[in-house]
Amino acid sequence: MRPFNYSNAGEPATAIATVSANPGAKFLGGGTNLVDLMKEDVMHPSALVDITRLKLADVAKTATGVTIGGTATNSFTANHELIRKNYPLLSMAILAGASAQIRNMATNGGNLNQRTRCTYFYDVNLPCNKREPGSGCGALKGVNRNHAIFGWSEKCVAVYPSDMAIALAALDAVVHVEGNNNVKRTINFADFHRLPGDTPEKDNNLKPGELILSIELPANDFAERSYYLKIRERSSYAFALVSVAAAMALEGNRIKQVRIALGGVAHKPWRASVAEKWLIGKEATETNFRAAAEVELKNARPLEHNKFKVAMAQKAIARALQGAMQGGEYGLEG
Amino acid sequence: MSETGKPISRIDGRLKVTGKATYAAEFNQPTMAYAFPVRATIAKGRITALDDAAVKKEPGVISVVSYKNAPKLKPLDMQAQAKAGAAFLGENLPPLQDNKVYYPGQFIAVVVAESYEQARAAAYKLKVRYAAEKAATDLKTELPNSRKPAKLMGEEAQVNGGKTTAPLAQSAHRVENTYSTPAEHHHPMEPHATVAVWEGADKLTLYDATQGVGLTGAIAAYFLGLQPENVRVIAPFVGGGFGSKGLWLHTLLVAMAAKAAGRPVKLALTRQMMQTNVGHRAATIQRVSLGTDTAGTLTAVRHHTDTYNNLTEFFEPSGKQSLVLYKAPVREVTYGLVKLDRSTPTFMRAPGETPGTFALESAMDEMAYKLKMDPVAFRIANHTAQDPMNGHDFSSEFLVDCYRIGAEKFGWSARSMEPRQKRNGKYLVGYGMATATYPGGRSAATVKVSMTASGDVTVMTASIDIGTGTYTVLAQTAADALGVPVNRIQVKIGDSSLPPAPLAGGSQTTASIHPAALEACVLLRKELTALAIADSSSKLYGRASDEINYTNGNLFIIGDEKKTDAYADIMSRAKRGEMEACATTQPVSGAGLTVPSALCTPREAPAEQNSDDKHYAFHSFGAQFAEVWVDEDLGTIRVKRFTSVQDVGRIMNEKTARSQVIGGVIFGIGAALMEATDYDKRWGSPVVRTLADYHVPVNLDVPPINVHFIGKPDPHISPIGARGIGEIGITGVAAAIANAVFNATGKRLRDLPLTPDKLM
Ligand SMILES: Cc1cc2nc3c(=O)[nH]c(=O)nc-3n(C[C@H](O)[C@H](O)[C@H](O)COP(=O)(O)OP(=O)(O)OC[C@H]3O[C@@H](n4cnc5c(N)ncnc54)[C@H](O)[C@@H]3O)c2cc1C
Ligand code: SF4
Repeated sequence: MRPFNYSNAGEPATAIATVSANPGAKFLGGGTNLVDLMKEDVMHPSALVDITRLKLADVAKTATGVTIGGTATNSFTANHELIRKNYPLLSMAILAGASAQIRNMATNGGNLNQRTRCTYFYDVNLPCNKREPGSGCGALKGVNRNHAIFGWSEKCVAVYPSDMAIALAALDAVVHVEGNNNVKRTINFADFHRLPGDTPEKDNNLKPGELILSIELPANDFAERSYYLKIRERSSYAFALVSVAAAMALEGNRIKQVRIALGGVAHKPWRASVAEKWLIGKEATETNFRAAAEVELKNARPLEHNKFKVAMAQKAIARALQGAMQGGEYGLEG
Repeated sequence: MSETGKPISRIDGRLKVTGKATYAAEFNQPTMAYAFPVRATIAKGRITALDDAAVKKEPGVISVVSYKNAPKLKPLDMQAQAKAGAAFLGENLPPLQDNKVYYPGQFIAVVVAESYEQARAAAYKLKVRYAAEKAATDLKTELPNSRKPAKLMGEEAQVNGGKTTAPLAQSAHRVENTYSTPAEHHHPMEPHATVAVWEGADKLTLYDATQGVGLTGAIAAYFLGLQPENVRVIAPFVGGGFGSKGLWLHTLLVAMAAKAAGRPVKLALTRQMMQTNVGHRAATIQRVSLGTDTAGTLTAVRHHTDTYNNLTEFFEPSGKQSLVLYKAPVREVTYGLVKLDRSTPTFMRAPGETPGTFALESAMDEMAYKLKMDPVAFRIANHTAQDPMNGHDFSSEFLVDCYRIGAEKFGWSARSMEPRQKRNGKYLVGYGMATATYPGGRSAATVKVSMTASGDVTVMTASIDIGTGTYTVLAQTAADALGVPVNRIQVKIGDSSLPPAPLAGGSQTTASIHPAALEACVLLRKELTALAIADSSSKLYGRASDEINYTNGNLFIIGDEKKTDAYADIMSRAKRGEMEACATTQPVSGAGLTVPSALCTPREAPAEQNSDDKHYAFHSFGAQFAEVWVDEDLGTIRVKRFTSVQDVGRIMNEKTARSQVIGGVIFGIGAALMEATDYDKRWGSPVVRTLADYHVPVNLDVPPINVHFIGKPDPHISPIGARGIGEIGITGVAAAIANAVFNATGKRLRDLPLTPDKLM
């Protein structure tokens, strides 16, 4: 960690102005990711603007759904009555991530901005285009069992680690942000994170200085049938090898609407749109779930060490859809 | 009246849970500075330029120590080191003596500053250029360059090479498979840390997170060129070691840095450094071949291990258990060794047996299936009561009882031999078992015991409590041997100025120091008795010593219990404010170090109290039983319950003993299901770098663990009858789990850890 300046913002506008004015400045949420990266010398901001005292920590009903604050903690959000009742998928996904202690510190804005866990990214002595553009991708021909099977480029094969965001992708959330001079805009969740392409140093489409004010969850018919399935190397407190956020609305036994998003497989939450399309109007049966999963995974491009993710993701999609059929259950994996 | 064996809670527990137990990094000193080491970024080669100009300009920087200006250390000299008890350096590389690099992460410099943060920030500014050479980074790739090492920890490394070829070829049934285990890291909760305080130029105190204060002191003294008695090592509490806390280079580095800075200096390793600078368990590739006759009697056992080392002669001895378990007319245990330019492998909890029992006990299960025999029955049928290598009887051995009791307590009879027969919802359920074994080591030790007239007893020895319960059980032994309550006993350990004891390694602490503690207490009591007998105002005056017994701080006449004399009275009449006794005990073979103690002149215990390792083989045994639930779709394996039955001699404290076995089983679950450090072949560095990537079991991974002890004292190891218990708990666990996975799924997994991808 290198010396840095610390300040505490009272108003969003001052926080945004401070960060916009200094390319070396960063917002500080719970610090559970940024501070780790600073300790590893992966990131070395010259200034941190603490935003945890901004009044952006609410979860509230809106005319069209529910909004969750950018600085609300993951724990508060996951356990909020409005979320548990209307968006159990989001609760399940958040609670599948990290540990209780980390979730108590982690903010929603910070969660969306957390960086990849690719260990080449973390080791400053190894090449990594995301950390140091142009230095090469260490993982492409290295140990890449935790890496992407969809949407990667030769420049970067990293996966995006958040669980929460996988649910948000399935729920078609909308991110509200504010930049310098009160410029506000909304970003559809599908457009928030990026594929690596030629610029893996950019994780998402936030502009410098833009602050996440809130995340909006449109109303939906999925509360009864949704499920977050996370496969990992131990029972908790590990990032996903593969995860699936699944949600369904039925008409009789036919699938009226379905959302499937995958985690642990790409540089952004991966909407399984091929499978979704395949399922619409079909009967909600295990055979159909498996068939849909199969067509989605046809497009997978695994790397040397992660071929297992293809079969795993395929089975996980089917299992998550079955979980959704049963209405899901908190904390139940598999 | 016996305190020994009781499940009493740790006498140091309160200090620990209230944060009052002081660990190495917490011994802050006035005017203390902080050190942060710099690590090499290549695997092999030399430093061609090292520019510290920018570092020195950083705020708070006091000094930068590198090969350019480091104090000269004594060079390596195995004979001289062995003589000085300083042979056991974690890696044979006195730090900062030249510009060579032997592995990625090697310490190449250390920055000292006023604060930790300043030292760390300044360290980034060190400019280093290297001339890199081609490095050997991968075991499999290097196998063609493997050699046959002659010696392994002083013993023959190649046993009966080639002798099983014919018997195996002729056997009625044969199983031959390759099992592999990954590199693993110890990661004790407490990171390694040292505070170095010089007093003048030739006296040094080290507060060090170590498994052996005597060892650390001897090695530091040797390399720094100091008189051994002028180096004091203090470690009252150590937050786990598992083999990683011998002497590694940071301890010498901080002593050098403190000398350069002219102030006390603290150095605490980061987790990332614990991945590269304090040893690890090397990966192994093991080929196990078993042959039997038609009746299922073993005719030959062969166990070949390929592994690597770097800067020591040590390598993972994973053939060990194959020299001890089962009756077979011929056995062959061999090794192939390559040198990798990787951080140096070292001892890690049950070195050898942990990966070795995975291979052997998986193969035994495979053979049982081949023979269509119950795996327990197959093991009982091939059980041996003698050490197969020298024909000595085991000193005390109840392995068959372990199998039977374990099978009974676990409910083994509910297992179906045929795989894939038991389901629970979406899970396949399987049962598996394996044998556990670990040598019953014992070394020389000296213990001093003192008692004040007011009845306060102090037990002193330079042993260590790495979390195992050493404080508590020593107090129990002294309480019984002196007839005073546990709460009047103070235990002083973790200080090299105390009478010498072996390092806390090889599961030998209890077996080594308790005989000496017992003997010291006996000597003390004898002296008290002699005083009483000689004192005309004592009720015991003139009686024979064998008429006298003791209880509750009193001596009394056997059969006439009103004739008593209290210790306090005896001492006050004799005008003795304090009495003390000191004893050394050691195995017949003299294993271990007896060095003179500055604190006392120990008396040698009578020969019959020494372990008779000339006539008996000392080994502990056990049986491990696991139930697993496998979600085949997702590849996840969960251990649902575990039964461990252990034959480890006398149980000194039921609670701390149980905790050791539970801890061992959890360690084994980690090894079975998740622990592994992967390395990048191109740069040789680990790509698993912190506890976020190095997975160890979380609470939810740990099932109910049912521990049962045979509890029969070993009559030959010592009058105490206890063998060690710290390591055996992990042995056999991975095999029991993998065997259960086979029973559940019909899939034989031979490559640890059994992560979900392995079942895909
Ligand atoms: C050991 C460990 C295990 C973990 N396991 C999991 C897991 O299994 N699943 C999972 O999903 N996550 C996991 N996490 C990650 C955790 O969820 C994130 O670290 C956390 O959500 C980040 O939130 P924060 O508020 O602490 O962010 P910070 O660290 O404070 O910030 C992260 C980034 O977000 C930016 N930022 C913060 N708030 C805003 C805002 N409002 N607008 C714009 N930018 C902002 C910061 O500038 C910074 O760049 C784990 C973390 C650790 C340390
Ligand atoms: S995968 Fe991406 S983050 Fe990982 S090394 Fe390559 S460029 Fe860096």
